[in-house]
Amino acid sequence: MTQEEIKASILDIISEIVPDEDTSQLDPDLRIRDQINLDSMDFLDIIMELRKRYKVEVPEEDYPKLATLNSCVAYLEPLLKDK
Amino acid sequence: MPNNQTRVVITGIGLTAPNGNSLEEFRQSLLTGRSGVQKFETRYMGEVLAGVCNFDVLKYQKRKEVRRGTRAGSVAIYCGWEAVRDAGLDLGRIDKSRVGIYLGITEHGNVETENEIYNLQQFGYDLRYWTHHHNPRTVANNPAGELSVNMGISGPHYTLGAACAAGNCGLIQGVQMLRLGEVDLALAGGVSESIHTFGIFASFKSQGALASHEDPTKACRPFDRDRNGIVVSEGGCIFTLERLEDALSRGARIYGEIVGYAINSDALDFVLPSGERQAECMELALERAHIAPHEIDLISSHATATQIGDIEEAKAIRRVFGQSSKTYINNTKSYIGHTMGAAGALELAGNLPSFWDFLIHPTINLENLDPECSLNNLVVTKPQPVERIDYILNNSFGMLGINSVVIVKRFET
Repeated sequence: MTQEEIKASILDIISEIVPDEDTSQLDPDLRIRDQINLDSMDFLDIIMELRKRYKVEVPEEDYPKLATLNSCVAYLEPLLKDK
Repeated sequence: MPNNQTRVVITGIGLTAPNGNSLEEFRQSLLTGRSGVQKFETRYMGEVLAGVCNFDVLKYQKRKEVRRGTRAGSVAIYCGWEAVRDAGLDLGRIDKSRVGIYLGITEHGNVETENEIYNLQQFGYDLRYWTHHHNPRTVANNPAGELSVNMGISGPHYTLGAACAAGNCGLIQGVQMLRLGEVDLALAGGVSESIHTFGIFASFKSQGALASHEDPTKACRPFDRDRNGIVVSEGGCIFTLERLEDALSRGARIYGEIVGYAINSDALDFVLPSGERQAECMELALERAHIAPHEIDLISSHATATQIGDIEEAKAIRRVFGQSSKTYINNTKSYIGHTMGAAGALELAGNLPSFWDFLIHPTINLENLDPECSLNNLVVTKPQPVERIDYILNNSFGMLGINSVVIVKRFET
């Protein structure tokens, strides 16, 4: 997956998990949770969705690396390069 | 101060039934013979018959709440808000720590567990795919808890597991807590999401107690010779209950006063009911209401259209009301099927308008009365006009032999 595809996929997952939020205006360098209403249970849904869609396992110690859209892309790029 | 004589009244009603999403719609359906039973696709079992509700889930919930929560939670939230609005209460102006939520449930957690196991099977039973939402969705207080979270009500909230007697039990709990002074407003009734678990259909089928009929609207046939079992339905009904003095002081509209109730147990069998204990339950409620059987104008029967259940209730009613020439009897399940945890509350709500529209809605689908279910003054097929209704007695019975009875009186100052 390219960086753009990964970003689009993350936005798609977030929109599914918090369908009431507008994700079109997210600043990719700011913490996602500071911009939209997304709590810790929702975050676990993102982790679950990555597992279901791409068989990607994110260990708990890496959760902080998924704080912003850009950091998500950077973290997931090597894991999704063959997907 | 706790006082058993404290008068408690119904000041608001919120409901969703398979044939109506407000008391007005529901009543209209009951007076025009409109059934809410339809064909319904269920996992593993294929097409079954069920009572399905079509209320607007997003009226009081965000999409995320719906995704995270349960169907029973959505039913509770819809009914809770509708009741509070109907009562003319402004949640912003009342002390929400003095509000209690008491909801009857027949069962809870089966739907969510079945869904999760089905999901798990798609992933080869790898437990990493088991959702973290499972526990908050399946704890037994879930429907009441979702309502508390949604409305910001910080008083006590819990459910009452009482099989199919639960709707009345929720109501009774509300009355008791108001009398104890634990709360100033009770949101009380019952909810059901049971059509979303295949297990309940499969179990009734294995028991030989699942209704079938080529015309879904004719499937639920209480007291009829050709009845062949239960139609499982979803639904909910929540009443706002207040102490009479509070209701009067705010000028609330009063639907009726809860003047008597009783809960007892058969102490006999897992599934077979006991007419004898049901009769004792009705007698205890009458005694507490300080009235004689002949003073009851209308009995809202529980009959679910099972072979033995209907016969036992008919026996119980004959024993207590055999000499009451003016007591009418009807049945609401014939329209909506068995709304399980909601049944007691919904069926009572459907009958309350008879206090002011002077009609008793009939039992439908009763074409050939089973002689073993014979009852005087059974209202059949068309509404029965009456001069006046003063007392309604509402029966609701459940598995493991739990019986509940509520008596509501026309309100007069």
